[in-house]
Amino acid sequence: MESTTNISTSVSSRLPAWLRVILGPNGARRLPWIPLTIMGVLLFCAAFAPLVSPHDPIKISMSNARLAPGENLAFPLGTDVMGRDMLSRLIYGARTAVFISLIALGAGGFVGSALGLLSGYRGGWLDILIMRTADAALGFPTILVAMIIVTLLGTGIENIMLAVALTVWARFARMIRGDALSIKALDFVTSARIAGVSTTMIIWRHIFPSTINTLLVIASLQVGQVILLEASLSFLGLGLPPGHPAWGIMVAEGRTVILDVWWLSLIPGMTITIVVLAFNFFGDWMRDTLDPKLRRT
Amino acid sequence: MQRFILTRVLQAILTLLILSLAVFLSVHATGSTADFLIGPETTEADYEQLRKNFGLDRPLIVQYGYFLTDIARADFGDSFLKGRPARDILMSRLPATLQLAGVAFLLSVIVGVPLGILSAVKRDGFLDNFGKLFAVMGIATPNFWIAIMLILLFGAILGWLPTYGRGGFTHFILPSFVLGWSAMAGMVRLGRSSMLEVLDSEYVKFARIKGLTERMVIWKHAMKNAVIPLLTFSGLTLAGLLNGSVAVEVVFAWPGIGQLMLQGIQTRDFAVVQATVLAAGFFYIMTALLVDILYAYVNPRIRYD
Repeated sequence: MESTTNISTSVSSRLPAWLRVILGPNGARRLPWIPLTIMGVLLFCAAFAPLVSPHDPIKISMSNARLAPGENLAFPLGTDVMGRDMLSRLIYGARTAVFISLIALGAGGFVGSALGLLSGYRGGWLDILIMRTADAALGFPTILVAMIIVTLLGTGIENIMLAVALTVWARFARMIRGDALSIKALDFVTSARIAGVSTTMIIWRHIFPSTINTLLVIASLQVGQVILLEASLSFLGLGLPPGHPAWGIMVAEGRTVILDVWWLSLIPGMTITIVVLAFNFFGDWMRDTLDPKLRRT
Repeated sequence: MQRFILTRVLQAILTLLILSLAVFLSVHATGSTADFLIGPETTEADYEQLRKNFGLDRPLIVQYGYFLTDIARADFGDSFLKGRPARDILMSRLPATLQLAGVAFLLSVIVGVPLGILSAVKRDGFLDNFGKLFAVMGIATPNFWIAIMLILLFGAILGWLPTYGRGGFTHFILPSFVLGWSAMAGMVRLGRSSMLEVLDSEYVKFARIKGLTERMVIWKHAMKNAVIPLLTFSGLTLAGLLNGSVAVEVVFAWPGIGQLMLQGIQTRDFAVVQATVLAAGFFYIMTALLVDILYAYVNPRIRYD
């Protein structure tokens, strides 16, 4: 990584290292434009859903029910059995997906990284305890974890987030611990310790900044999986209430009428696939750019 | 080796205990059995008597002890919806899930492993590109959605395959493909990268220099080492399939434990949920344990770690 940063002298050195690598002379040319565009559209839709969507996503209008895509240009992607606009529901669905994934991934990433840093820096029984728990969590099938959470706390958006967070934290903890282990052996950490810097300060100021690359790589590799998990849970009716604009729920709603109103399931499912593909490709690219040593795993 | 197995068995038991504790606490937190049975005319004394009958007045740890002895005897309580022991319901559903997961697993090995190996051998060829696309799509497509689309295509439009329920051979085709796709995708990816790594090694180069035919080099020499990572992965895949089948079972109306688990949650039938979650967890942990032991047997380096 050092060699790459040295080349990129043209880019302001005040930028963080990971951004310099991405924008550096080798970076910008190879930016994954298609995934980035899809992600941009998704985030824009999520942020400005009320402005972008042509109709109210939950307004029922039986006179417009079951319009096929293209049949009426006021509803470009058609309407569902209750006359709700598909495009608007998709746009609000993007908001649901982004909202749940960001919070769940943020919470899981935060807790996972904190535990990983602590585990790697402190070592000893704490390390064993955290890593054993992480192994158990990593091995456990995500849907089953989600089912246990839902049994325990009932259905609801916050429980979906909790379930997702509980399944992602361990991956962060494992990788960040690895980083922390190798960084803590470096001289600048030892000097800081000799100078009497507190443990919290060493972890926060000296070790954490060096793990940001890994953190970003794992986070971007996880987004697609998190979106899929959220969609599965919504599809199974374990998350948001029926009728709510979420892609998983939309697929479920179209299922019973698939023979007549085929676009109801087709369109949201394709949307999920395209978005997950975009994030997966972007994640692969981030890994190859920021952390080539992870490429094999 | 014995030490390794012993440690792994102890770890598995610990994980099982953690799982049982989580289930116990979740059932405990969602309300006690006595709360379900009281009516408007129940007096305080009756309630206390009920709690005593169920042992709910004992300390939590004692209750957990009873709970453990119950599940050790595979007694999960009665389903209050069906009035039958949850164990019997679980047992009647288990074969369907095991069959489906088994077929999906076989499919992922039979298709995924050769496709991955061939992708690596004929790098950047047609098969490699197909394999990459197949793998990338298998990981990104939601299985519940592809299930619905395949039902629409092969069931409704073409009318070639049955789309719901359990029956003859043809009933397995769609559900097992949908369930196995992401596993196949994983096999293709791992098989490819593992084979590429092996093909790059010194001993394969030596075998080539020695003048062995390409077929011998790949299928006899390289293959042996390339399948080791696949072994671990396939074990975890099998375990994952057992539990990952919830959505697939729901869409194909497959009468397995995934569907049962979801129904249990929807109807708040705790005995059933408890039975299915514990059974699924048990299978998962046991498979992971067997895979680890098998892996240590195949790969001696692990044993002395």
